[in-house]
This record gives sequence, structure tokens and C-alpha cells, in this order.
Amino acid sequence: MQPSLLSAILFATIVAGTPLIIAAVGELVTEKSGVLNLGTEGIMSMGAVAAFAVTVHTGSPVLGILAGMTAGMAMGLVFAVAALTFMANQVASGLALSIFGVGLSAFIGKPYESQALPSVATWNVPGLHKLPLVGHAFFEHQGLVYFSWALLAAVAWFLYRSRLGLVLRAVGEAPVAAHSVGYNVVRIRYMAVLFGGAMAGVAGAFLSVFHTPLWVEGMVAGRGWIALALVVFATWRPARVMVGAYLFGGCMITQMFVQGSGMHLNIPSQFLSALPYAATIIVLVIISHNKATIRLNSPASLGQPFSPEA
Amino acid sequence: MPNAPSETPRLVIKGVSKIYPSVIANDNVDLTIMPGEIRAVLGENGAGKSTLMKIIYGVTHPDKGEILWEGSPVTVQNPAHARELGIGMVFQHFSLFETLTVAQNVALAVPGRLDLAGLSRRIEEISGKYGLPVDPRRLVHALSVGERQRVEIIRCLLQNPRLLILDEPTSVLTPQAVRKLFETLRQLASEGVSILYISHKLDEIQELCHTATVLRNGRVTGHCTPSQETPKTMARLMIGEDLPTFHHGEPEEGREVRLRIDGLSVKSEDPFGVDLEDVSLEVRSGEIVGIAGVSGNGQQELLRAISGEEPVPDKRWIHVCGVPAGRMNASRRRALGMCFVPEERLGRGAVPRLSLTDNVLLTAFRRKMVRFGMIRRKAAKTFADDCIRLFDVKCGGAASEAKSLSGGNLQKFIVGREILQEPKVLVLAQPTWGVDVGAASFIRQQLLCLREKGTAVLVISEELDELFEICDRLVVIAKGRLSPSKATSETGVEEVGVWMSGMWPGAEPAKDEAPHVA
Ligand SMILES: Nc1ncnc2c1ncn2[C@@H]1O[C@H](COP(=O)(O)OP(=O)(O)OP(=O)(O)O)[C@@H](O)[C@H]1O
Ligand SMILES: [Mg+2]
Repeated sequence: MQPSLLSAILFATIVAGTPLIIAAVGELVTEKSGVLNLGTEGIMSMGAVAAFAVTVHTGSPVLGILAGMTAGMAMGLVFAVAALTFMANQVASGLALSIFGVGLSAFIGKPYESQALPSVATWNVPGLHKLPLVGHAFFEHQGLVYFSWALLAAVAWFLYRSRLGLVLRAVGEAPVAAHSVGYNVVRIRYMAVLFGGAMAGVAGAFLSVFHTPLWVEGMVAGRGWIALALVVFATWRPARVMVGAYLFGGCMITQMFVQGSGMHLNIPSQFLSALPYAATIIVLVIISHNKATIRLNSPASLGQPFSPEA
Repeated sequence: MPNAPSETPRLVIKGVSKIYPSVIANDNVDLTIMPGEIRAVLGENGAGKSTLMKIIYGVTHPDKGEILWEGSPVTVQNPAHARELGIGMVFQHFSLFETLTVAQNVALAVPGRLDLAGLSRRIEEISGKYGLPVDPRRLVHALSVGERQRVEIIRCLLQNPRLLILDEPTSVLTPQAVRKLFETLRQLASEGVSILYISHKLDEIQELCHTATVLRNGRVTGHCTPSQETPKTMARLMIGEDLPTFHHGEPEEGREVRLRIDGLSVKSEDPFGVDLEDVSLEVRSGEIVGIAGVSGNGQQELLRAISGEEPVPDKRWIHVCGVPAGRMNASRRRALGMCFVPEERLGRGAVPRLSLTDNVLLTAFRRKMVRFGMIRRKAAKTFADDCIRLFDVKCGGAASEAKSLSGGNLQKFIVGREILQEPKVLVLAQPTWGVDVGAASFIRQQLLCLREKGTAVLVISEELDELFEICDRLVVIAKGRLSPSKATSETGVEEVGVWMSGMWPGAEPAKDEAPHVA
């Protein structure tokens, strides 16, 4: 393979993995607090359409991101009120949110379907982007790609080094104990859900404003579900979420390249399309199969409602 | 000592009531505690002691009544509020986070910047000073209940509370640790800390507490000064009658080996756990064998290996009723006629959110409760009802959730469930944990009856008194090794105490059993 081709595949892999990382890290924080929000697909759709609309009207991608984030938080709030305040079933509320978000975004997005945005310029890391092979692949990206790396580092630090992160994990592990040690479980879970919503919104904004700067109904195309699966198969660990996201992105790009290149392979195209999903799950299951680490990292109260008055 | 009456009481409770759908847990309770006072709250299982403490700590809210904190009326909103006021509590059912380390668990309860290294040092310092050894780096889920109890106490002491609530803090502590804890508590009281102390161990109450309030069926039925009472008179105050006495019957003939452990060696998965080394033990039909030892010396690992929760690699290491069972899981061992009572009652012994009937089904379904793969609810309910009646479990009936039971009542239920299955082999850990004196002697009597009927009983306990009361033979576990066994009648508390530090004669090459001060 020529160096330029490899570099192009790496570049595309990172771009494809970025929305997954952002959404999955948000969901990871939510789930670490013990809340299972299955609404990611819907939240990403709403984030995407809100970001696109605002960018169309203002011309500012930054305002677009903020709009996506706000829309995501609003969706998160709806979920939180249902699941945390009224203690509705989390699985059902999340699924409803997904269906609702996908549908509503299609409705809101109708007037924007034929419009396109200019693509957002990349920001090249001075010096580094000139490196052979990796320079283009890693250091000539749009801002949100760097943001996803910072987000990963920040969340890993937050969870394992900061006091609030410890509290968050404690709440997800044993809400009753956390309550009796004096923490406001419901408030902490609200914050975690809002953060997860905000990140899913940003991930949506990345898709519609940065990745492919246009709005098409259903453009999130299952990435919300992939993000959810990544969190579980990565056993709630940020670094593994990243591995999974890039692995998925890489397989996706490679199989698209293979299919598009007109190479004559005796493999059905359906099999190639399914490959990224299968490969990601298999690899993550293999690296995370240790029972003890699963027990240590999975939030024990996931999906269970909590009420302070026991 | 209780201070002059002119002083403002630290806490006054007036007419507090708490009504649950099935039971009145607290009925018009009054209680006053002065600065520097150590007050015992006494009562049978289900008398409402824990409920009252949870009300003071803001975990539950009273339906009626008033609370005065240092003279001014307060409504304790939640535990956070209670802690702001200066109230600390050690819960009967621990409130620890299993996947976090000891240091992290403590950090969650002390305000300020997160400095785990510094905190670990403080924990080590305090645990040394108070005689409550714990390793701050260990994960809580790998700790025994005795160690967990130490963590709870240390965490609470580090908060410097002005009112300290201890709900059965010593139920699984060793006598030495209890002595140290009492020194600490007396020291705290002399500095003006008020202490509310709940325990079923009446000799402890007599030794430690200045005053006592007795609860029965949710009502205050009396007060006393423990130093002027004997454990016997206090027991009478509590249960309203005298304690039953024991009856040791003789077992039937035909004493075959029912449980044989032969050269069992297990490496603990937990890096801080204890490895079992060459453990051998036989329990015959019609005898009760006790395993004494300080918690955290391999009891947990041994129990897991015996029960089948953690099958061992060689099937010949464990024989149940003559069948090599080392590699069988818990369910297959139960099918051979073995029953267990694990030490953690919520989570291992019972599923908190399931009803008592469902909890019966989990272990006793072989007693004709399942036919053609279908559950016969009636059989299960009858079994649960029998257990509730025979073991005098106070609850709202067989349909109540396991977690709604008071600690001692749940323990009675779990022990009863296993005993009523008339097992061939019964293995129990801390069988009378948190059970009141009346019920504890009832459970012991039931174990003696089982022995008479020919069951092989193995009891793992930290309570030497209990072991000496019911066991035929004793062995001691220390650092994952088992001492030779001794007939209970031929040994004494001192000798077993020495053995508990791992110094038994067999540990040396010497063949003869040296006298105990060797
Ligand atoms: N959440 C609850 N729902 C229903 N009933 C409850 C609940 N909590 C406690 N009870 C009932 O209230 C009564 C008092 O319980 P409590 O735990 O205060 O007893 P206790 O005196 O602490 O007993 P023990 O010595 O066994 O710990 C019991 O009959 C118990 O079944
Ligand atoms: Mg209690």
C-alpha cells in the first residue's frame, strides 16, 4: 500500500471514530452514575439538526456546536425528569426518547434538506502536521477531533482522579449507600444525564456540520446505537471506548474502500458491511473478558431507579 | 459520665412514631441523650431500634414526633443534613461501596480535597491506634464482614461526630478489637461525644454503657442502669421472660463422615486475600465442629470452597456424603444434601428485593416445590410460613420483601430456611449474627437438635462463647491453615486464643500436643 493511501485511511478512520467517541464518552459518564439512557440515537439526531439549522442561519459552526449541545441537554432533561424524578422505567424511557428524537429531527429538518454548508476548515497542528505518514492522519483535522481527544483524557481523569468522579462511581455502585453517606443521588444522576445528553448533541453536530456538512433525514444512521454498544463492550472504561470507536471506524472505512475500489474479491458485500460490527464486538469482548475487571468497572445499580425515601 | 442536669441535652426525641404498612416500627418513642453519655438501646429483633436510629440520621422520616438537636427543634432532611449537624452513624447493614478501595470509601465520607495517599496514612494510623487493622488499598468486595465492620467504624470516627450512632458495631468483631473500641468510645465520651449504642451482647452493654433504654414492639418499655444489672436481668427486661436453657442430647448411632476436606489448597484470586494451604477436616454425622479464628484468616475462602461458590480444581479435595464434590457447583452440592448459611445475609444469603417465599424457592426448591419444571407456589409458601412461625420471624408475612425485615429477623429466617431442609451437612458462618439473645439461644438449640438427628454441622464463627456452647470439636483457622482439632471439653478459651494467632503445636515438628502455654 502506498504511504499516501495508508495515511488517507488512517485519517478517515479517525474522522469516522470521532462522533462515536464523543457520544460514547457521554453515555459512559451517564451509565457510571447508574442510569441507562438508551436515547442516544435520538439525542444525536436532535443535536445534528439543531446544529445544522443554527449554522445555516448564523454561518458560525461554533454556534452550531453550542446549539447541538443545548438540544442534547434539553433531550437529556426530558429523560431525566421521566426516569429520575418520576422513576419511569429507564429502558422504556430511553427507547421512547430515541424514537421521538429521530422523528422530531426529521420533521424539523425538512426545510433544510436541500441546503449545504461550506465545509469547516481544518486546523493543522503547527510542526507536527508535516510529519511523514502520521502528520496528515493525526494533525490535520477539524477542531472537534482534537476536542474528542481532550474529552477522553478529561473524562478519564475526572472518573479516576477527581473527587466528584469518585462520588459519581459510588452513586452508580450503591446509590443507597451513597445516600446514607450524605450525597444527593438524584442530583448527581441528573448532572450525569445532562452531560451525556450534551455530548450526544455535540456528536450529532459533528456529523451534520463538520463530517458531511448537510442535513439528511436519518443521517445519524445507527451511530447512537453503536456508541451505546461500545460503552458496554468496553466495560465502561474510557481507553477501551476509544479503541472500540477507532476499530469500528477503521473497519468501516477499509471495507468501504475495498468495496469502492472495484477489487474483485469473492466476498459478498453484505459480509463486508457487517464486518465492522462483528470485528468491534469480537475484539472488545476478547480484551474485556476478565470477570474480575468487569465486576470492578460495571456500575452495579445500572438501570435501577432510586428514591431517597427507602 | 452523664453530666449535670442543667446542661442542654445533645438530642431529645419526643413522641416519635413510624408506621410501616405491616407494622408499627416506632410508637411514641421518647429518648434523651446528654453530651458525654453512652446510652444503650436494647430490644429484641424487630423492636424498632434501627428504625429509630435511621430517623435520627435522616435516612427515614418519622410519621409523627419531634426532634430537638442541642436544644432547638430540627427536621433531619437526609443523612447529609445529619452529618452537618454532627451526627455520625455506623449502619447495621454496611453502607460501603464494594468496587472501591477502603481508602476511597473513607474519602467519600470525609470532606475536603481528594488526597488518597495522605488519607491512607491516616487510616493506617487510626486503625493501629484503635486496634481495627485494615489495609486501605484493598477493595471492599474482597473483605470479610469483620473487616468491613472495621472500615465502617473507622470511616465514622474520622468524621469527628458529636453524636455517634453505632448500630451493632461489634457483631462480627473479635474480643480484642471490641476491647480497643470500647477504650476509644470511652475516650470520645470523656471529650463530650454522645454515643447511642445498639447491641445484642448484653455483657458489652453492661461494660460500656452508662444508661439504657429498652424498646419492645416499637415502644419504650423501660430504662435501666446497666452497671447495676446483670446480663440475665437485662435479658428479662428485653424479652419479658427468662432465657431458655440448653439441652444437649446424644446423637443416634452410625456416625459416618459426611463432609471430608482433604488437602485443600486454594490460591486466592484477590491479591490481598488469604491462600488456603493444605486444609483437611472431617465432620461426622451427629457432631458439631466449630472453626474459630479472627475474620480475614481464610474463612471466606474456605466457605466459598466448601459451598461450591468457587469450585476447586481437584474433585477429591472435598467429599460430601462420600461423593467427590470438589468440582461441583453450589446447586449440585445442595442436591447431595448440603446446606449453607453464608455470612452476608443481604446479597448472598437472601435476595433483598424478592419476597420471603421467593427466597425460600431459591435454596429449598428441591423439597417438592417444583414439579415438571413448574413452581408450586403453595408448597413454597407453606415452607416460608412454617419457617416464619417456627423461628418466630417478625415480618409482614411470607410476601414481604427480604430487605424490609430487621437484621436479626432476616438472619433467623435464613438460618431457619436451611435448618428446615433437614440437611445431611449444614455449614454456617456467623449463625447468630445480630440475633437477639432469646433467638440466638433458640437457633443454637435447633442446631443441637439437628445434631441429634444425625446432621453433620460445621460452624464458622468469631464468637468463642457460641462455639464453646454448642460444638463437640473445635479447630482454629489462622493465615489459611487449619489447626488440629480438639474436643471442646478438653480445651479452653485461652488455648484457642493462642492458637488463633497461628501458634498451635502441629505447626511445629513436635508430635506431642504440648500444654497450652507452650
Ligand atoms: N422498609 C420497611 N418496610 C416495612 N417494614 C419495615 C421496614 N423497615 C423496617 N420494617 C419493620 O419495622 C420493624 C422494626 O425494624 P428495625 O429494623 O427497626 O428492628 P431492630 O430493632 O433494629 O431489629 P434487629 O435487632 O433485628 O436489627 C420490623 O418489624 C421490620 O420488619
Ligand atoms: Mg437493627
